[in-house]
Order: sequence, then structure tokens, then C-alpha cells
Amino acid sequence: MNPRPPSPYANPYLAGIGLGLVLLAAFVIMGRGLGASGAFSSTLSWLVNLVAPAHAQANEYMQQYLGDGSTHPLKAWLVFEVIGVATGALLSGLLAGRAHIAIEKGPRVSTAVRLLCAFAGGMLMAFGAHLARGCTSGQALTGGALLNVGSWAFMIMVFVGGYAFAWFMRWQWR
Amino acid sequence: MMTPLYKYGFFGDEFALLVAFAIGLGFGFFLERAGFGSARKLAAQFYLYDMSVFKVMFTAIVTALLGVTYLGWLGWLDLDLVYLVPTHLGPQLVGGLVLGIGFVIGGYCPGTSVAALATGRIDGWVYALGIFAGTLAYAEVYPSIKGFVNADDMGQVTLPEVLGLPWGVLVFAVIVIAVFGFWGATRIERWARSRT
Repeated sequence: MNPRPPSPYANPYLAGIGLGLVLLAAFVIMGRGLGASGAFSSTLSWLVNLVAPAHAQANEYMQQYLGDGSTHPLKAWLVFEVIGVATGALLSGLLAGRAHIAIEKGPRVSTAVRLLCAFAGGMLMAFGAHLARGCTSGQALTGGALLNVGSWAFMIMVFVGGYAFAWFMRWQWR
Repeated sequence: MMTPLYKYGFFGDEFALLVAFAIGLGFGFFLERAGFGSARKLAAQFYLYDMSVFKVMFTAIVTALLGVTYLGWLGWLDLDLVYLVPTHLGPQLVGGLVLGIGFVIGGYCPGTSVAALATGRIDGWVYALGIFAGTLAYAEVYPSIKGFVNADDMGQVTLPEVLGLPWGVLVFAVIVIAVFGFWGATRIERWARSRT
């Protein structure tokens, strides 16, 4: 038996309105926007603190996410939000028949190279996001909707960086 | 009723975590709906044959921007209480560039990688591992780049304030850019698809 074919993706404008209303709800209910990279910082700081507490507590960056130890580092707003993101995405994926084990890659690239690129891209992305105080969600989307100066500067440079480097990476996607 | 509810003390920190989960649920749902759990769909933005990233992002920005603008005018939302990430132009320009390059190499950004790994994409998992590695590297070099990261502090500042223009003019400008952008993006998609 063949599984049913995946449904087509939503119209981008409808998905955008949905996303915009979620963002608006965050502003109205919480007084803050969406995010993602901060949850990774909290989780990493917690992990390093488990393995090498002296090292984590001596590190100025991780210290910001560990706090004074009175609350658990994972008891952070963005950590709970990102657990929600995973759950919501899984729900949508299951409903659409798109949730299955797979590797997203172009036709001309091997699995090993694709995964290597994913890892390297994740590293670079993390570095950029921490430099900029936020990623595509925390900066571009959230700050974009609040006319935040730094967010618009950041967003323009994301597209500049992506387009400038796209030619060198076309073998991976086309 | 005045909002943001949390800032006006309608609920505490524990309940805020439940709100976080609920907001995330909506965020993840629409990311996946849009197709952003797929690196190929996301990367297509940079090869011009599918500009969904731009369309979804700018539709979301315009929707939320119109929302805060009208709620502010009605006096129901105190925009001054909505958190703005402080502007540091230097590190944010460099960070954006680095992130954009990482995007086209890895195929995701942090939020979309979570949508990908939740729907079973192995490259999404590996990408998330990369984020942890990059965060660790950043934490280790942070003391030596701290000066640059905290340079150019302009504080919490909006485009209307910096440009000396009314808020409404900037809202209108963003809508115009979005509408022309959508029209242009669709034409570019058609052209790029006809080439292959």
C-alpha cells in the first residue's frame, strides 16, 4: 500500500497572514515577539553546565543563560516556545502527510555532503544570529513588524549574504 | 483593556510559559504549512524559482505591523511596552551577512530547522547540531569579540525615530515595498522557472 501523497503547501500569502497573526498575538499577550536562536543558547548552556559546570559558569556568554541558579536554565520563555514550534510543525506535517524520515537535498549532491553542509550552515547561522542578537524570527520577523532599525539592517544583509553566496552553493540545490 | 497583558500583570511567569508553548504551536504550524520544513523550498528563494520565503515573511510583517498600528491608535496596545531588540548596526549588519551565507549553505534558519526536525528531516537534526556547535564556538570566543558585539549602541530605536518621519508614513512605505515586491517576485519566479 502506498501512503497517501503529501498535500501541496499552503498559499504563501495565507500562511503569511497566519504567521503575522501569531506574531501579533505574541505582541498583544506577552509584549514580545517570536524567537528561536535563544532557545538553543539556553539548552547549550544547560548541557555544558551538566558536563563541565566550572567551565560553563566561568563563561561570560553562558552565564547570561544560566543566571544565578535560582531557576532552571530550561525554564525560559523561548525554550517553551520552541517546544511549541516543534509540536505545531509536527501537527501540520502529520495533517498534510508530510511528516516522514527524509533528507532534503538537491538531485546532484550526496547524503554525506548534504549533511556536512547542514552542519556547517548551522554553525555559521548560529554565529551570525548571536552577533546580531537574534535570528530570522527574533530579528527579521519580529523587529521587521516593529520597524526596528537594527532588524531592517539585519534583514537586508541576510538577503545580500544569501544571494551573494548562492552561486557557490548551486550544486547543492539544483 | 490595555495590552500587552503580561506587562500589565494579567498573569505571571509560570503562565507565560504556557503562553510561550501556545504561541510556538501556531508559529510552527504556519511554518510547516508554508513549506518551511523543507530546505529545498527555503533555498529556492536564493535561486529565484520559488520566492515563498519573501512572500510569507513580508505578508507576516505587514499583517503584524498593521495590527500593532491599529491597536495602538485605538489605545488598546501600549507599543512602548513591546520589547525592541537594541540596535547595534555594526554587529547586526555583519551578523545578517554571516547568517545569510549560513542559510544558503545549510538550507535552514534556527526556527525552520526545528520545523524540519520535528517532521523527520535528518538534515534538520544535523543542522540543529551545527547550531549547538556554533553557539559553543561563539560562547568561547565571546570575551574577545565582546567589544565589537556591543559597539554602535543606538538603544531601542525605530525607523520613524531615526528618519524623523511619522509612524504611518513608514507603515505605508512597507506596504508599498511589499506589494511591489510580491508582484516582482511572481514575475521573477516565472522567468526563473522558464529557464530550466
